Amino acid sequence: MDTYYHPKDLGRFAEIGREAPELWQKFLDWYNAVFKEGALTEREKALIALGVAHAVQCPYCIDAFSTSSLEKGATPEQMTEAVHVAAAIRGGASLVHGVQMRGHVDKLAM
Amino acid sequence: MTLANSHHSLSDTATQRATLAEVHTPRTFEDAVAGCGHAPLRAAAISTLQINLGKRCNQACRHCHVDAGPDRREVMPPHVVDACLSFLDASDIPTLDITGGAPEMHPSFRDIVLRARSAGRHVMDRCNLTITQLPNYSDLPDFLAAYRVEVMASLPSFAARLTDTQRGSGVFEASIAALRRFNELGYGVDGSGLLLHLVTNPVGAFLPGAQTALEVDWKRELQRRHGVTFNRLYTITNMPISRFLQFLIDSGNLQGYMDRLAGAFNPAAVDGLMCRNTLSVGWDGQLYDCDFNQMLELGTADEAPRTIFDATPAALAGRRIVVGPHCFGCTAGAGSSCGGATV
Repeated sequence: MDTYYHPKDLGRFAEIGREAPELWQKFLDWYNAVFKEGALTEREKALIALGVAHAVQCPYCIDAFSTSSLEKGATPEQMTEAVHVAAAIRGGASLVHGVQMRGHVDKLAM
Repeated sequence: MTLANSHHSLSDTATQRATLAEVHTPRTFEDAVAGCGHAPLRAAAISTLQINLGKRCNQACRHCHVDAGPDRREVMPPHVVDACLSFLDASDIPTLDITGGAPEMHPSFRDIVLRARSAGRHVMDRCNLTITQLPNYSDLPDFLAAYRVEVMASLPSFAARLTDTQRGSGVFEASIAALRRFNELGYGVDGSGLLLHLVTNPVGAFLPGAQTALEVDWKRELQRRHGVTFNRLYTITNMPISRFLQFLIDSGNLQGYMDRLAGAFNPAAVDGLMCRNTLSVGWDGQLYDCDFNQMLELGTADEAPRTIFDATPAALAGRRIVVGPHCFGCTAGAGSSCGGATV
């Protein structure tokens, strides 16, 4: 079936560098530096990435960081909580705009 | 039930080898190790004699590369036991590593330990922990302590659900009870000299986490949750062999897992490959470069001794190691061996 997303495209990610190899290399260097152990552990960074992957709804990132989280020693329970954090922020972000709605209603209403 | 006794096609090791040969990898393992100066991969001096006493086990774990279980009957006969111990006596190999199945179920297990210890050799027992909870084996920890045997205990996770998923319902609880008994005897307690290590395999088709970082978590969590202590945590990559191969096929993960193993090839892991300093002996006396080759029935190279009856350390030194696609499991990421990560 033809779809916009193809799981095998994740393995072709590097092809995006063909027309702009210098930019691709800069991206890779930065990306790899970001995920190295620092003030946060590699596992903590993988769990943040997993949450963000759900927030931006990137199926490639969800696959990649589900594997990465497991390989950094995260448990399915920790990964599920990371997804809930992302979902809570997305939900909360929608809900807090309700204040804008209320302000606009207040302005218009008698 | 085991593959063997359910007459599964994968109980035939030729089918397993053919299945692995059909999986695409960007390069062969031979080419990968040749690329880092090992063409072919050769053994160094033997530092560990690993004897597999048979396939009998009180458990039937889902990832078992041995296809061990309660319904297996293969047991190392006395003349093979004698040949292994004679080989050990005639060598300067410092360590005897006893595995299975559940090796403690072998009728001569204790005699083997006694004889090897009397000969001044270090002895390791690859213990599934739950064996010590069976009535006939309840004094096993005391025996192991008396002979100062190093215990390599399997426990995939400090979470009960994950452990039971891989090893069977109730295994986690029984394992914790076993660990507490080992701790009571001084195993895993600083200064006792009684070594209790935990061995963890991932519960699924992914690589293990960083061994050192995981050990910190495991020590904290097992102490906090269960009051259990241990010495070292060893991470071992699941091998695409036997029941784990069956899982990979049934779950549609075989190609992806092999891609992961081959893609994570780490040249730095080649020097420390356990096949280079281990000799593996099957229950029937056949020789192998490692326990994984043994389960695929990939014997030692034609030009080397093939059985323990005609083996000498000198004749085995420098032998060509027999390799296959499964070997990518030992060179992926931080490397993997019976002694955990190798990098």
